[in-house]
Parts: sequence; C-alpha cells; structure tokens
Amino acid sequence: MKYNSVFEIIGPVMIGPSSSHTAGAARIGKAARNLFREQPRWAKIHLYESFAKTYKGHGTDFALAGGLLGFEADDPRMSQALKLAEECGLSIEFIEDTSAVSHPNTARLIIGNDKEQIELVGISIGGGTIEITELNRFELRLSGNHPAILVMHNDRFGAIASVTSILAKYEINIGHMEVNRNDTTKEAIMVIETDQNIEEHVRNELAEAEHITRVSTIDR
Amino acid sequence: MFRTAAELVEIAEKENILISEVMIRQEMDVKDKTREAIFSDMERNLEVMEKAIEDSLKGVQSVTGLTGGDAVLIQEYMKNKTPLSGKLLLDAVSKAMGTNEVNAAMGTICATPTAGSAGVVPGTLFAVKNQLNPTREQMIRYLFTAGAFGFVVANNAFISGAAGGCQAEVGSAGAMASAAIVEMAGGTPQQSAEAFAITLKNMLGLVCDPVAGLVEVPCVKRNAAGSSLAIVSADMALAGVSSRIPCDEVIGAMYRIGQSMPSTLRETGEGGLADTPTGRLLKEKIFGSLA
Repeated sequence: MKYNSVFEIIGPVMIGPSSSHTAGAARIGKAARNLFREQPRWAKIHLYESFAKTYKGHGTDFALAGGLLGFEADDPRMSQALKLAEECGLSIEFIEDTSAVSHPNTARLIIGNDKEQIELVGISIGGGTIEITELNRFELRLSGNHPAILVMHNDRFGAIASVTSILAKYEINIGHMEVNRNDTTKEAIMVIETDQNIEEHVRNELAEAEHITRVSTIDR
Repeated sequence: MFRTAAELVEIAEKENILISEVMIRQEMDVKDKTREAIFSDMERNLEVMEKAIEDSLKGVQSVTGLTGGDAVLIQEYMKNKTPLSGKLLLDAVSKAMGTNEVNAAMGTICATPTAGSAGVVPGTLFAVKNQLNPTREQMIRYLFTAGAFGFVVANNAFISGAAGGCQAEVGSAGAMASAAIVEMAGGTPQQSAEAFAITLKNMLGLVCDPVAGLVEVPCVKRNAAGSSLAIVSADMALAGVSSRIPCDEVIGAMYRIGQSMPSTLRETGEGGLADTPTGRLLKEKIFGSLA
C-alpha cells in the first residue's frame, strides 16, 4: 500500500501552497540531505513535467532548498529558504528538464561538496508523501514511511551477510530489503527498511564492515 | 487493515463501531502508539485548521494578489442578508475558501488530503459544528472518519492533481467530508459510504488547470464547490438516498478517468482555465519578469 497512516491523509501540517510541490519537495530535499549525511555546498536540481512547469508558482524551488537545509514541511522559514541557502554557502541551480519520466512530479538532485557527491531521484506522489526511486543511478524504492539504511558496497560475496549479521546482533528487524548492482563498476547497493531508527554506533559498525564503502541512514 | 470502502464499512458494522474508531484502532496498531497519543496528534491538526480559519477571517492576500478576501466578503454578506443557499452551507463555503486563501498566501495549513484541497474538510467541520454542537472528541473523530475514506482513495486511486486531476483532490476531499458529516450527524457507516460515493460521482472528470500553475485560480473556489457538495450529499445519504454505483467502483472510475486525462489537464498549468486569454494574461503579468 502506498499510504500507511491516516496522518498522510489528514496532514502534514505545512506551509502552503501545494502538498505535492511544496511539502513533498521539501521532504525530497531533506531525504537527499540525510543521504548525503551533511549539508551540501552545491546542488543541481533537474525538474520534470508538472514540477518543471509550475515550480515557481508552487514554491517547489524554495521547498527543495529548505529540505536541503534540513527544514521540516511546516518550518516558518520555508519561503526564505533560497536566500538562507545562499547565505550559508549552498549554491543551487534549477534545470527545467524535458526528458520523459514515469511520474509527473519528479526531481533529480545531484548534491555535493568539493570532495564527493550523490545523485538521487525523488517523486512526490500526493499529499506530501514521497518516494526515492533512484540513488547514484541505482533503481530502488524507498517509501520514506520507515527508517532505512542504505549501504553502498563492493559486489562481493559475504557483503550482505556481514550487514545482516550486525543488524541481527542488535536485534534490528528488517521490514523490506533489496539489493541492486552495477555490472561495470562492480558496485552494489543494499536498501534496508527497518522498524526502528538506527543508532550512530550501529551505523559506524556497518560502515567498518568488510566490502562496505558507504552507509547512510534515514530516521523516521 | 482495510483496503476498500466495503471492507471499512464491514469492519464497522461487524464490530458495531464507528468508522472513526476503525481508523483509530488501525492507526494505533500501525504506529504502535496509545489511543491518547494518536488523539493528541490529530488534535494538533485540528488546532492548525482552526487557526487557519481564524486567520482567513481577518482577511489575507496572496503574493500575486489573485486570491484573498473572499471569505470575509461572504461572512459580511451573511451578517447583512439571508443567504439563499442557507447559513450553514455558506458558512462552510466561506471557511473552506478562507483556509485555501491562507494556503495560497503561504500560511500554515493542514493538508486534507492535499494543500490545494485543504479547505473542504475543515470548512465543513467548523460550519456543521455550529448546528450539531459536537464535543471536542467528536470533532477529532470527524478527521479520523474523513481520513479513513481518504486512505482508501489514496491507496486505490490517487489524491494529487498532477496524477489524477482536481477530481482526485477536491473530489476526494469533498467525498471524505461527506462521510465525516454523516457520522457526526448520527448516520450509519453505510450512509457515510453512500455520501462519499454521491459526492465523488459529481466530481468525476474535474480537471486540474491552475492559472499560471498557482494553487489559487480556480483552486480556492473549487474548495467552495467541494464543501457545498459535501453537505448536500451528506443530507441526501442521511435521508436514505443511496448510490446506484457502489463507493469502491466510483473510486475505480475516478482512477481510470484520471489516468486518461492528458498531462495538460493535470497540474501543469497548460490547459483548461490556465489556457484562456485571461489565464494566459495573468500568467504573463505574474511571471513576465521571471519567464
């Protein structure tokens, strides 16, 4: 089911004017920031279809900026987010992209600093609810309804076992898990939705496990 | 967990509980939270709705100047004249429009189910309240009942204008409000489903065609349409009128209609009212310097 909670229907409390284009956009921005683990220095944001056509009127631009700054959908600073981003050294470029996409409210965010970058695709499916459908060119489906762990790892045997055994040790239950790999770079990604938020020491232990290159977590 | 309106009604009837109670129990289960915690989360939403209506009645104006002030005009008219459509109905219209005016002015609202349709559920609630004199708990239950039906639409069709047109937003919101009004007025779970179906049937095919892509024209006045239809359908269902096409099939029809809508009529600001001479002129005026 796409929606799990009544508070996705009656809610969220948010700054207007659009739940898909403002609140959802802010949540996509915030998910990107969480996955990057810190505030990026720059962002290139491709907007498609309805997002591309109406982003100025809906405040999709400042909402994405607000999300990247870590704002929740009801943050009263939201409409000032573009200016605030500039003030704290985050430069953002918006690109109206005419490529075909499968959902009308799609944004592709490439964010980074002078050392590294990540690329993700978020869709805003209505009423402020979002899904992340792509990370670093890997297709995935992250609902944002549950806490999640994203693990980039080398495509080698034992990588999955080393992660799941750590989760088992801390009695963390896995609700949904998927694995995907890139044949040319020999890189792979694990997306694990869990029932509880992942504590910092668990994340650190995962990051140090064999064949693991990067670990991000999303709290709920 | 219920998937369809039929399942929702069946659970309520079998256990002899209200629709709102079915939703509350499911939420307690999904979130693993106490009843008190779920109620207090919903009460916070109710407070936001109440505040938005209060703010709108002081008069608000959007940045573009396209919307704002109509809720106040209607309230003044009601003070000085006897409205033809009745006081309760016009009060709901005014409060629904007011909430959406606050949204357009980038104020704080509670999406129900979306921001563009955020006026309908609270507008009807705070109007019906004056006649039915509900307790605070019943007002919170109103939101759970509306949410239960919204949950069914969201999972079986869609609730965003970009995905399914305005029928998915204001159509869903109006139908959700109808179901909630019926419960508050003492109707049965089945009557809630009938009211929901009647409202949604009359919203089928409604496109999302916002002028300049803004959630202003025609969104604010569509909230007026959604809230008035919600009250009329609730009265029809309470009178014993039923929908020949069952609730879930109406939702299915809404889904297929939305899927066949061209993207120009799904929140791109390219078709319908957005593509009228005045619509285009307004867009040019607003974004002339930005385009």
